[in-house]
Amino acid sequence: MTEGSQSCGGSCGCGSEAGKVDEGRRGFLAGAVATGATALAPGVTLFAYGTAEAEAAGADPKKRWGMLVDVSKCVDGCTGCVTACQTENGWKTTGKPATDPQWIRKVTLRDPKSGATRSAPVMCQHCAEPPCADVCPTGASFKRADGIVLVDRHRCIGCRYCMMACPYKARSFVHEALEDQKPHAPRGMGTVEGCTLCVHRVDKGVAPACVEACAKSGGAIMFGDIADPKSEISKVIATYATMQIRGDLGVDPGVRYRNL
Amino acid sequence: MANIVYTECQGGQRFWALLGALLMVVAIGAASALYMEHNGHIVTGMSNEIVWGLPHVFAVFLIVIASGVLNIASLGSVFGEMQYKPKARLSGVLAITFLVGGLAILVLDLGRPDRLTVAMTNYNFRSIFAWNVLLYSGFIAVVVAYLVVQMTRTWARYTPHVGLVAFLWRLTLTTGTGSIFGFLIARSPYASAVLAPLFIAMSLAYGLAVFILIRLALENSASRGLGDELLQRLMRLLVIFVGSVLYFSGVFHFTSIYTAWRVGWESYLLLDGGLYTLLFWGLYVILGTLVPIAMLYGRTGVTRQREIVGSVLVLIGGFAHIYVIIIGGQAYPLELFPGYEVTSSFNDGVVASYVPTLPELGLGLGGAGLALVLAMVAMRVFRLLPQGDGVSNADAS
Amino acid sequence: MSERSSLERLIVVVSLLVMTVLAGIIGAHAGEVPLPTVPKATAGSCVAPPDVMRRSHMSMLQHGRDLSVRQGERVEGGRLTGCIDCHAVSDGKGGHETVSSPQHFCRACHDYAAVKVDCFECHASRPEPKVKASDATSEVPASALAALADYAEEVAR
Repeated sequence: MTEGSQSCGGSCGCGSEAGKVDEGRRGFLAGAVATGATALAPGVTLFAYGTAEAEAAGADPKKRWGMLVDVSKCVDGCTGCVTACQTENGWKTTGKPATDPQWIRKVTLRDPKSGATRSAPVMCQHCAEPPCADVCPTGASFKRADGIVLVDRHRCIGCRYCMMACPYKARSFVHEALEDQKPHAPRGMGTVEGCTLCVHRVDKGVAPACVEACAKSGGAIMFGDIADPKSEISKVIATYATMQIRGDLGVDPGVRYRNL
Repeated sequence: MANIVYTECQGGQRFWALLGALLMVVAIGAASALYMEHNGHIVTGMSNEIVWGLPHVFAVFLIVIASGVLNIASLGSVFGEMQYKPKARLSGVLAITFLVGGLAILVLDLGRPDRLTVAMTNYNFRSIFAWNVLLYSGFIAVVVAYLVVQMTRTWARYTPHVGLVAFLWRLTLTTGTGSIFGFLIARSPYASAVLAPLFIAMSLAYGLAVFILIRLALENSASRGLGDELLQRLMRLLVIFVGSVLYFSGVFHFTSIYTAWRVGWESYLLLDGGLYTLLFWGLYVILGTLVPIAMLYGRTGVTRQREIVGSVLVLIGGFAHIYVIIIGGQAYPLELFPGYEVTSSFNDGVVASYVPTLPELGLGLGGAGLALVLAMVAMRVFRLLPQGDGVSNADAS
Repeated sequence: MSERSSLERLIVVVSLLVMTVLAGIIGAHAGEVPLPTVPKATAGSCVAPPDVMRRSHMSMLQHGRDLSVRQGERVEGGRLTGCIDCHAVSDGKGGHETVSSPQHFCRACHDYAAVKVDCFECHASRPEPKVKASDATSEVPASALAALADYAEEVAR
């Protein structure tokens, strides 16, 4: 939806007037797409922000991809997002949680004072100041221009310092040899991995697998550009109180939680 | 002091037997590393929760010893205590070999040890780990230079200067080692600047204990005398160093107890951490600190046996201490949602369990063996040890 | 004394090694070694002529991988998945050979040249097997659907 504005208002240095026109067009396009998306399937937002052209253009530094989890809509016992992530990225559990891949997990919280329980998915929080990227000796852990935190496995030597530094237990180490990985999600023994925010889908203009799956069973996860104040997700964040896990650490996670 | 006569070790049956035994240990270490690399870390006790295990305890222990053992040389050329000068060469060589032993473990435990060239060609200069790589390689270069100026007559006058650089470098190096843990902002068992001076104190104590033991072993097996007075001084120093480790450890834990979000960890470690509590109080505080201090403090005419037992206890306590810091610190669950009771399929809120496997032990011992093998080879090849006790033969000349 | 003798022993060992290697080099005559049989690609022409590919495929892949992983610029033609799709070797059972088979396209040359391929430690070495439609639809477990129904009821009340 913002592809037009991206290629003009962004990089070619158009004048302010052109910028205004552009905003109007963006709004129109966004509206059109939103309507279309709602018609397709309520809750599933098909982010038509990219095409093959946008895909080749690379990560846009003006964007910051993020998620918003509405905990009140997250169904206790539902693991739709986890299963979707497994299917999409080709990882599976073998009943040994400590050494299994853990890209995303459901955490159940209980307030000991009131007895109230909540449940929420926890995955890589795609921090603005990721501790994993700071400590990585080779620069294998890095943050893409659009805020997605990834492991470049061509550089990862498997030292696991990032796992020590991550406040969220969001990274796992591949303990065993693998075969028949998903072509779009390479992963291998001796390297560290974690949620990629489905970067292969995002670059094609499709929302992450967990978001798509959740839309079918609760619609608790929203995905979008949190750097764009006009995006749906930014409007919700601006309207309601949301929080970041361990926000006190100052790492500014890109995943936010509401009603926690 | 100019005429201390240094000679090589002459070998002999006991020398070769010990070297052979140590080579076996190194072979076991190499086999363990291959086994781990081939099968993946699934054959170790390490996991996504205890990401650094027994090999890292060995590696940190050896690296800390490496920087500490250099202090004998520093006492001579930086602090002008000339009695220590005859020991300087051995001290420098041990510093290098222990560092190499520790680093070998770290490298062989990597998930992809075959990518060492990647680590050497891609530096992330924000990473304390990458700084440490530079600190370690720089340390070896500085200590080699230090040995060269000590062992050549033409450059001997530079010894105090190079010695000073080496001393400052080793302080920085141990600061770096401590900071690997100190910089972990999210984990209440770490995330403290006190870890850096704590590691320096540990290096002084454990490095000295190792030096004393190796020097006493040489005295027995190679009839290289050791001045009694010097040994008494070393034992007094050991007491001071062991005390200072306890001091910094105390500061670390007291400040933690005062920090609300860390109280959970402190009460776990100090009161109900099971094995870790036992290791901390039993092995580290009592057996590794209080007992050796009681054995050695303020005594004259301490027997060799007592000196050996005291040093060994310090090392056992030190190993337990590092085990508690590294393994215990990771076992304690990360707190994502303060104030809530949490459960998940990935053991959130649960203390992680860790049972080291044999390959891990093999790798760790292999690294320690490598340090000693290299030291023995160096002693055989280079003139590191003074004839007699060094001091008296220098005085006589 | 003992130094001298161990040095002599070392010289003997090293010269033996050198002679063995030399004998191997002289013994191998050109022309006796068979050339690798390279499997044919499934689709038309490659992104570059075979002699260019043979020499530069790794630099092309590395260029493409750094751009796509780190910058998010997914350049057509620089993708390993593209190579794999086109050069997949049928296993005769409707699927494709993985790199564990000597028939695999990459292995044909790499085995011959004795160059280790690191790619497939992480990357898939064959195109993704086609998922049957029946498998693809049941992504949401029944328990989750039941829980969702409960939740919807609760909201309605």
